[in-house]
Amino acid sequence: MSVDLILFFVLALVAVAAAIGMLLSQNAVYSALFLVINFATVAVFYLLLGAPFIAMAQITVYAGAIMVLFLFVIMLLGAEKLAPGKVLPYQRPLAIGLAVLLVAEAAYLLLSRVQSVAAIVTPTVETNTVEEIRRLGMALFSDYLLPFEVTSVVLLVAMVGAIVLTIREKGEQG
Amino acid sequence: MVPQTYYIALSAVLFTLGALGVLVRRNALIIFMSVELMLNAANLAFVAFANTYQHLNGQIIVFFVIAVAAAEVAVGLALIVAIFKTRQSIDVDTMSSLKG
Amino acid sequence: MLLSQIPTTGFFFLAPWIVFFPVIGLLLNMLIGGRLSEKGVGWLASGASFASFVVSVLLAYSVWTGQGHGESVYLSEWMHVGALQLDWTFRVDSLSTTMMLVVSGVGTLIHIYAIGYMHEDVRFKNDPGRYRRFFVFLNLFIAAMMILVSGDSYMMLFVGWEGVGLCSFLLIGFWYDKDTLGRSSWANSDAAKKAFITNRIGDFGFLIAGFLMFWNLGSFQFDQVFEAAPALAATQPGIIIAITLFMLVGVAGKSAQIPLYVWLPDAMAGPTPVSALIHAATMVTAGVYLITRSAPLYTLVPEAQFVVAMTGAVTALFAATIAVGQYDIKKVLAYSTISQLGFMVAAVGMGAYVAGMFHLVTHAFFKALLFLSAGSVILGLERGHHHLAHHGHHDDHGEVFDPNDMRNMGGMRKTMPVTFWLYMIGTLALAGIFPFAGFWSKDEILADAFREGYTTVYWMLSIAAFFTAFYMGRQIWMVFFGQARHEAAAHAEESPRIITVPLMVLAALSVLGGALNLPGLHTLTDWLEHTIEVHAGEFLISVALISTVLALAGVFVSWLIYGRNPLKAGQPDPLKRPLGLLFTGMENKWFVDEGYWAVFVDRYVDLSRFLADVIDWRFWHDWFHEKVIAGTYNWVSNIGLNLYADQRGIDALANGLGTLTQNLSASMRKVQNGFVRSYALSVLLGVVLILGYLLLK
Repeated sequence: MSVDLILFFVLALVAVAAAIGMLLSQNAVYSALFLVINFATVAVFYLLLGAPFIAMAQITVYAGAIMVLFLFVIMLLGAEKLAPGKVLPYQRPLAIGLAVLLVAEAAYLLLSRVQSVAAIVTPTVETNTVEEIRRLGMALFSDYLLPFEVTSVVLLVAMVGAIVLTIREKGEQG
Repeated sequence: MVPQTYYIALSAVLFTLGALGVLVRRNALIIFMSVELMLNAANLAFVAFANTYQHLNGQIIVFFVIAVAAAEVAVGLALIVAIFKTRQSIDVDTMSSLKG
Repeated sequence: MLLSQIPTTGFFFLAPWIVFFPVIGLLLNMLIGGRLSEKGVGWLASGASFASFVVSVLLAYSVWTGQGHGESVYLSEWMHVGALQLDWTFRVDSLSTTMMLVVSGVGTLIHIYAIGYMHEDVRFKNDPGRYRRFFVFLNLFIAAMMILVSGDSYMMLFVGWEGVGLCSFLLIGFWYDKDTLGRSSWANSDAAKKAFITNRIGDFGFLIAGFLMFWNLGSFQFDQVFEAAPALAATQPGIIIAITLFMLVGVAGKSAQIPLYVWLPDAMAGPTPVSALIHAATMVTAGVYLITRSAPLYTLVPEAQFVVAMTGAVTALFAATIAVGQYDIKKVLAYSTISQLGFMVAAVGMGAYVAGMFHLVTHAFFKALLFLSAGSVILGLERGHHHLAHHGHHDDHGEVFDPNDMRNMGGMRKTMPVTFWLYMIGTLALAGIFPFAGFWSKDEILADAFREGYTTVYWMLSIAAFFTAFYMGRQIWMVFFGQARHEAAAHAEESPRIITVPLMVLAALSVLGGALNLPGLHTLTDWLEHTIEVHAGEFLISVALISTVLALAGVFVSWLIYGRNPLKAGQPDPLKRPLGLLFTGMENKWFVDEGYWAVFVDRYVDLSRFLADVIDWRFWHDWFHEKVIAGTYNWVSNIGLNLYADQRGIDALANGLGTLTQNLSASMRKVQNGFVRSYALSVLLGVVLILGYLLLK
């Protein structure tokens, strides 16, 4: 068993464990923190897959900005815990059953349909250069220029939308 | 050497866990986080394919997904805040007035 | 009209204009008459009638210059169906032109008279708006009458026959919402209906005659019918008898003969010019014209001729007796007209066609004169009455003044001298006093009857002539002599010239009309000879003497009774006491109307009631429709269709679909529970299912 594989399994275990932890935490703050762990492990996977720029983006945007935003909102609303509800009693078993089915389907797909078992090219010091990131930048600003600019507009609209939704109007209580 | 299949399988497991979170949790914030987890799982699959085929398109799509996710989180959280303002709760089961 | 069919000689091509002119006149009056003054309307109508007269004169002239040779002027196709070939063709010969001249000539004079008469009549009846309508109807009558006399076939004649019937109806009911005294009532309307319905009976006979004719002789056209008739008469004379007798029914209706004469006295409800034109001078003589025109048919069957002659003679005598007992000045003249028509029908029945036509023409003159003069008298009384009303002499205490009643008259010789003299001339002509027109024509009928061996007819007509002289004398004494029996008569005023001038023309014709067919000259005989077979009657001095003596006797007797001791106001008729029941019968028209009422009308009503109540209502409605048809239908629909087909079939299907939808949606709306997580679960379920499908495919 190579180092790569050991590293993968360890990280995968961490990622899945973090995801399950997020799922089971009664406190929303713990959930957020478990998710941060998950995001961080995924960022390491990105590095292993030769996508350093994406890995950096994952850390800064997801683990940094988005999760901080989540934590802010949780604190702001003071809604870490919910009162227990008795609605939809069949929801949980059904959801679990379906999830198991989905995983089973995915497993069946991977085991039966994927013939060529392509190996992942693990980046080395030689290949993992700034040159990779430059190529990504060249592609973004040439072939994907229009989607890139549209993304900036989407972000602007999201910002305006968030402000409009949460702004306190004159005379409004709270 | 790690086979690409392992990454895809991991992605599937994470995605399923995210979906399960959406289905079983009542806290709107945790549901939202689960959605982020599902996005993340999809991103992982994209990057894995980008590596397999040695093509940048996978990474570029992930880049856009992250950007859109950021925007989505901004608007989504604003919505949750707005809902909380009117209902004093973020339990999605209390938001069931739109029914037949 | 095809050019080749226009006769090239003479004025024959003008023939259609005898109809077109009056039609143009009435159309103009309908369209622009509202903008014309009363005089304009009247003179327009009179002009149209006069133009028709001028054409008639030209046509007569053409026939005369052609040695009596007539022409048929084709105007247009009417209907060609199989063997039925009907065209609108004008027959211009000596007989039809004679009728045209009478109709349009007398018609024009009456139009002119009516200008003055209706001017006052519409004012006495407080409805000047109807003035124009009167002249439209009058022109329509002239047009219809012209179609009648100029038709070349029985069907064309029938068109005119019905047309004049319609005009008669319209004009009798001219004041349809009033009675003869101007009060609000449907009496005039009833009179019009009576005339119309009675005429329908006659027309029924005419139509049957026409159908028999077409069936057996194959045509309606005069010449073809007459050509085919002798062969049929030789083999099946019964058919010809049937045709002629059914035709007599038509004649009895139109020319007011027994038994259908009852409508004519009631027809006096129409304005007086109408009584003169339609119900004395022209329309009622259509029957006489029809028999004359059908002379070739009647000559074939002496049996029918005898029936016709007897019908005429009986009518002449019968109506003359009724005239004696009447008080209404126009009713006397109406019964006189029936009586005189009886003379004509008797004459044509005996085969004395010329005598009949001769009397028709002279009668048109003097009876029109008498009616119009009577109208003048009535107007004079109305004027006197209004004069009184304006001066506050209300002596009638709410009683309605009847200007037609001779008992309200008397002494009008002084107040209306012109009318008196005109009336006198008419009376003498009607009574048959030498040398007035009536003497010659009536004498010719009597002479023919005597000579042809119709002794019964001869004596009946002679007695009728005596009565004629008597009732006319009675009328003269009652109206013009003695003392006024009513204030209105004392204040009566003479009529204006527009009324008296046409009367003078008619008076001149009444005096000189006899010259048409003086014994020895035979002008009319020679003239009509070209069209119908005639034999010139010889003048019988004995017959002339007898009739003159009878006429003078009639006048003398009337003087004895009415002239010597003039009637006083409120005094009953001097004949009432000596004659007793007989006079009551005369006074009440021998109760014929009541008899008809009891025998026909009441029975008809009973029959209608029986048919309505028992047959229609109880049998058809209650039993057949309600029980049989509706019952069966209800049963079938209730049991068969409703229960099985509808309720258990169609309804069940429709309701089942509805219930299904309802239940489905009820279960569906449980799914739509509003919980976001449930929806998400469904999405995941979908994903799993689709993925599973893709995998297992």
